[in-house]
Amino acid sequence: MGAVRTAASEALLVDRVSKRYGDRRALHEVSFTAAAGELIAIIGPNGAGKTTLLQIVAGSLEPTGGRVDSSHAIGWVPQQPAVYSKLSVAENLRLFARLEKVSDVGATVDRMLDQTRLRERAKDEVGQLSGGNRQRLNIAVGLLSEPPVVLLDEPSASLDPRQREVLWDFVGGLASRGTTVVYSTHNVGEAEHYADRVLVLADGELLFTGTPAELRQAGADHGDANFEAAFVRFLHARGH
Amino acid sequence: MRWLLLKDLQILRRSPLLVAILVLYPAVLAVLVGTATNAGPSKPKVAFLNLVPKSKNNFSIGGERLDASKYANRIFKSIEPLRVKTRKEAVDAVRSGRALGALILPKDATERLRSTINLSGSDPPTVEVLYNADNPAKQRFVESTINARLGEANNALSKRLTKITAQYISVIVEGGQFSLFGQKFDVLGLRNSQRIIEGQLATMPKDAPARAALEQVARFAKLASDNLDVSKPILQAIGKPVQVKTTIVKGRSSSLDAFVAPLTVTVALTFVTLLLAAGMLALEREEHAFGRLVRGLVSRLGLVAEKVALAALCAFAATGLMLIVLALFVGLEWSRAPLWIPALALGALGFAGMGVAVGCLAREVRSASLLVFALSLPMAALALVPTGAVGDGVYKVVEAVNFVLPFKWALQALDAAINDAEPSLGVPLVHLAILTVAFTGVARLALRRFA
Repeated sequence: MGAVRTAASEALLVDRVSKRYGDRRALHEVSFTAAAGELIAIIGPNGAGKTTLLQIVAGSLEPTGGRVDSSHAIGWVPQQPAVYSKLSVAENLRLFARLEKVSDVGATVDRMLDQTRLRERAKDEVGQLSGGNRQRLNIAVGLLSEPPVVLLDEPSASLDPRQREVLWDFVGGLASRGTTVVYSTHNVGEAEHYADRVLVLADGELLFTGTPAELRQAGADHGDANFEAAFVRFLHARGH
Repeated sequence: MRWLLLKDLQILRRSPLLVAILVLYPAVLAVLVGTATNAGPSKPKVAFLNLVPKSKNNFSIGGERLDASKYANRIFKSIEPLRVKTRKEAVDAVRSGRALGALILPKDATERLRSTINLSGSDPPTVEVLYNADNPAKQRFVESTINARLGEANNALSKRLTKITAQYISVIVEGGQFSLFGQKFDVLGLRNSQRIIEGQLATMPKDAPARAALEQVARFAKLASDNLDVSKPILQAIGKPVQVKTTIVKGRSSSLDAFVAPLTVTVALTFVTLLLAAGMLALEREEHAFGRLVRGLVSRLGLVAEKVALAALCAFAATGLMLIVLALFVGLEWSRAPLWIPALALGALGFAGMGVAVGCLAREVRSASLLVFALSLPMAALALVPTGAVGDGVYKVVEAVNFVLPFKWALQALDAAINDAEPSLGVPLVHLAILTVAFTGVARLALRRFA
């Protein structure tokens, strides 16, 4: 999944973004860039500020300081499926495609039904779908306008292992077609396997930016630690 | 069991809106009712204008002196008089809501009462009652309150007149002096007549001319028959010595029967529109779709406006159908049907505006529905509180609340459209339009905390 990154291919710039809720600091001067087609995983303990960071990048939340710069449209897939449970899968896709003002609604819906493998459930009400299928639809809605940058908040949280594999195949396919994907996850193993770069957040601070291999190395005790153990050790070493 | 109970209490504690409704709602209602009861006038305030000259306050009936002010004071035991000097002042007091109504005692009141009792053939005195007729429910309250007070005064007067009538009858039976048109007559009485006749009959030869005695009996017979002839108007006067003429100084109200149609439709409009608008907006939050929508797909104002339009349109259709069905049963004037449309449309928009504002407060549809029910019933009740039924301060608060809520205006608009009641259609329609815009603006601002 690696790709050659150049400044020219930079799709997203996050510059010293901060967020405070009263006295509580949720994010403190977080900066990173993302290149076109890059897969970036944001990992960190609970309450690290992962969702807050994604919401700010998505434009759903105003930062207290800093800026987000992207010359491209940003697709946003929230953690909880943001679709209408009383509408069918196809009706949801059609509705959001129209709201996104895509040029060919029918073709776009067809494409997303195929990509998400939901064609057989197209006429089923979303309320009757499993959590995994709902999440696939949720992602599909975020991708309707084919945004060059997609943000996914804990996309695999409610999926079983088989569904997770389908999801990451799908996400990997997006990145290989040039879409920048930034996602948050609690599952550090996913970050190791499905990310070009990993951002480690803890208590609102960005502690690490680099490849999964570099993170493993940074947290390795004797050089042979597994990724999750290396990650935990890295956090401990940084006082978290 | 105990743990389940604890768990449920914990859940309740973590649902502040639900707890607020469950605890605060009855508390607020209790405070409102308590305040209204305590602050409400123990006696309804009624403007009182006495046009009877002081010299005519005392008058004589059947040789008895009566004091009109004594009977007026009897009314004041159960109403608080707001004494005014002119009819205009009385009208102003009622129109402004300072008084529940006004009672005007005409200048010839005592003269007419005396004339009626003295059988001079004139009409009984008529006091004038003025009141507002915002709607028939209020009107009925005012009418019944004032009529009850007048009834008490009439009863007191009636008792006094009954005593006088009993004296008339006593004179007829026992004999004595009878005063009529300022002249005093000696009345023999039935018993004396009987004694005389019996005495004469006992001593008189069968062929003796008993002319004088018979003449006396004949005079009594004539007087007795005359008195029997006039007993009917006397008894009528005793039944209701003072007549009442009512005048509406503000508003033109429909009958209570006709008022049922706009009231029913307004109540339906309230629930349908508020539930739809509040519920549909809360649904966006419950489905987590709000954040996705306002990320460039729809503006927040656009979203609110869409909910207002949806709720208003659905409620318009539902209540329009309801009104048509009502018209078939109640017999409403079909010629006024074109006026139903703006009244229903603006009423629905007003409630829809309020509905989206309520919807912004709720996290999910159930809370929104609960809020709607909690707000609707007091809103409807407040709109029907009549002038003067509560204390001045409380009434001002009630009026202020009614001013910013759509129920009263929707009710007025529908009553005007259906029954040609006053105020005319224009004022409530304009007010409803303003409320729609204002509530939509409030909802838009409240959406800041909605993400």
